[in-house]
Amino acid sequence: MKSNLLFDFTVNKSTNTVFVNREFAANQSSVWDAFTKQEILDKWWAPKPWISRTKYMNFKEGGRRFYAMVGPEGEEHWSIQDFTAITPKTNFKFLDAFTDKDEKINPEMPGSEWNLEFNETEETTTVNITIKHKTLADLENIINMGFKEGFTMTLDYLATLLAK
Amino acid sequence: MRRDIFQAIADPTRRAIIVLIAIQGMTPNALAEHFDTSRQAISKHLRILTECELIKSEHKGREIYYLLEIDKMKEIDKWLEQFRKIWETRFSQLDDLLLTMKNIKK
Repeated sequence: MKSNLLFDFTVNKSTNTVFVNREFAANQSSVWDAFTKQEILDKWWAPKPWISRTKYMNFKEGGRRFYAMVGPEGEEHWSIQDFTAITPKTNFKFLDAFTDKDEKINPEMPGSEWNLEFNETEETTTVNITIKHKTLADLENIINMGFKEGFTMTLDYLATLLAK
Repeated sequence: MRRDIFQAIADPTRRAIIVLIAIQGMTPNALAEHFDTSRQAISKHLRILTECELIKSEHKGREIYYLLEIDKMKEIDKWLEQFRKIWETRFSQLDDLLLTMKNIKK
């Protein structure tokens, strides 16, 4: 069942945007809850062996989720998500930034703008996630600039070689 | 000092050099013709690219040709793949969770 679910992951290097589209075998309400309720979110947001630990989540426009990704050695990486727009069950947007454990934003780490769209179709729900980087991570920046210079050509060439 | 592939592609001239020699091996002189910068500047970029192990030089008679080490380029692909993997893992965890939630409701 799982293998039939759509999963797209693309990077638009000219706009520093990551697109993630994924289909889930569940109704829109359940998928919405999984993305917007801290107790459910914490069960899957961190890829194992990391765990997600939300200190608080105030899911409303102008509200914030303050959470840590906790590593196997107990190391903590804190982040905030500031919710900027919410249309129940169909869309929400937030600004994401890295912080320290006291919620102080780290200006050296890149923040990004997230937009999540939920669409129900018969038996499944599709989530379209757009992550736009405002301050660019070094490599994202590099890849982006490279795109303009024709670096894609090399990557396409590489893809052809790898496909052989 | 050891350089890595991301330093290699951090500069627009170096990226252009990579694109040019991806098609075929080229001599420094032939490369320099494609740019407004000096021959020396091109040599400096070639040195950095060599230190990054992204290109190698080959002698053919009196000429030195620079060739692309295509395997090294895979590192960029691998880097992107990590992000894809994170999302894959995350979503398969969510699949399991949604299934559990559905079963509890029944």
